Order: sequence, then C-alpha cells, then structure tokens
Amino acid sequence: MNPVVGARIVHKEFPPITRHRLALYCGASGDHNPIHVDLDFAKKAGFPDVFSHGMLVMAYLGQALTDAVPPPRIRSFSTRFVAITQLGARLTCEGTVAELFEHAGEKRARLALSTRDETGEIKLAGEAVIAL
Amino acid sequence: MVDQSAVGRAFTPVTAHVEPGRLRYFLDTLGESNPLYRDAQAASEAGYAAPPVPPTYLFCLEMMDATVPFEFLTALNIDLARVLHGEQRFDYHAPVMVGDTLTFRPRVTGVSEKKGGAMTLVMIETEVKNQNGVHVADISRTVVIRNPRPS
Repeated sequence: MNPVVGARIVHKEFPPITRHRLALYCGASGDHNPIHVDLDFAKKAGFPDVFSHGMLVMAYLGQALTDAVPPPRIRSFSTRFVAITQLGARLTCEGTVAELFEHAGEKRARLALSTRDETGEIKLAGEAVIAL
Repeated sequence: MVDQSAVGRAFTPVTAHVEPGRLRYFLDTLGESNPLYRDAQAASEAGYAAPPVPPTYLFCLEMMDATVPFEFLTALNIDLARVLHGEQRFDYHAPVMVGDTLTFRPRVTGVSEKKGGAMTLVMIETEVKNQNGVHVADISRTVVIRNPRPS
C-alpha cells in the first residue's frame, strides 16, 4: 500500500437499521442489554424507542475498514460514540489518510474514520493505525 | 455513585472460545461477505492458519462467555438502563483466529465526572491473551453513566 494524505481509502454504505437487525445483533454479539431490543425497557429508561448498539455501528465501520485494509495490517482501531444511532438510519462509513509516519521501523498510516447517517449527522468518529 | 475508589477494581477473568458457528452468525448478522472470515483457503492465502475474527469481535467474545453478565455494572452498583457506550478502542498485537481460546482480564483504570456530575465516565481496560499465553490485544472501553438529577 502506498496511500497519500487526504486519500479516501475506506467507503461503504449499509442497509437501514431495523428492529430485526438489532435482535440478531443482540444474540450474535452477546450484548443482551434490553435497551436495544425491548421497547418497554427503552421507554422506562427515558428513550422514545429502542436504538442501535454502538458496537453494531462500530462493527460496520470495522467491516468497511477491512474491505480496504487486510486485518493483519491493523494496529489499532478506536471510536467515540458521538450520537445515538436510531432505527431506520442508513449508515455510510468512510476513512481518509490523515497522517503517514514511522514507528519502530514500520511505515504506518493514521486513518481518520467516520460513520454518518443519511442526514450527514456523525454517529461515530474514530481512527485506525495501519501498517503500510 | 461510582467514584475514584473503583479505580483498580478487577473483575472475574473470562475464558472465551472462538467457535466457527458463532462467528458465522455474527458475520451473517452484519452482512459480512469477506471470504477471509469464512473460508479456510482464503485465510490461508492471507497468511492465517485459520480464519481470523473481525476487528470488533473481541468485545463480543468477552460478553458471550462471561460467567457473570455485566459484572462491572453489578459490582459497581450501576443501573444498566443508565449506561451508554462512550468510547471504544482496540490495540492488536497478534492475530486471533477460529479455534483460539482467549482469556480476558478486565479492570477499572479511570473514573471521571462530566457536566457538573450529570455524567460519570468509567474506563475499563482488558488484557487479552490466547491459549499459548501470547498477549494478542488490549481493549479499552469508556462507559457513560447518566446520573439521576439530585432531588
């Protein structure tokens, strides 16, 4: 890999978040927090409806990342959960090269990552460090 | 309310197996079709002895195989309904593949207040080793607790 700073190397769009997807993710991820699948629980906790697991959205971002970068090259992957991802959200994950540097003799790139919904609102903001 | 006295608290280590059937369910849920994660041949061509796990799957393995679900919440007396995920980080040191057995050792590394006490942030760091004692990853999560307004 020989990327340049500013290049967009990660880009992937995902289907709308459905209640069914949240139920599947609840089982598949081992995260059984009812707030994501049980409307009664979510309302009692003060939310208008159930909402996506942050880690489901991060898994989508990770999928977009490993479509572009082979997993053995990924040194770190981190995100901030900026806003709650609602039902129906159509997510787009992107990553651009923010910095090229060297660490302990290894050439690396820092990627600035984001996930936005269909209105452009940022849901996740993160970064990955990859070996080139 | 969680305070600085929680820093240093360690929780029950979790032993988790990377099972192909559970991994396939996760991949199907996410619509993940990258052959690297599903096909031994594709994994082998990429230099793996077996299919590797996707980047966030370590977080799931720890939750799936925890003998005490949400232990840090009960141990620190935190209401599940008041918790949000603030930040998440993975540092990868060595590959994790189907067939591995991992040990997760979580501990509290920080507690801080935000917005005049309206929120408490708890940072938990988890060291992950495989069946050969290789330190494969470090996981760090920040949990946001929405504190009740004082009455």
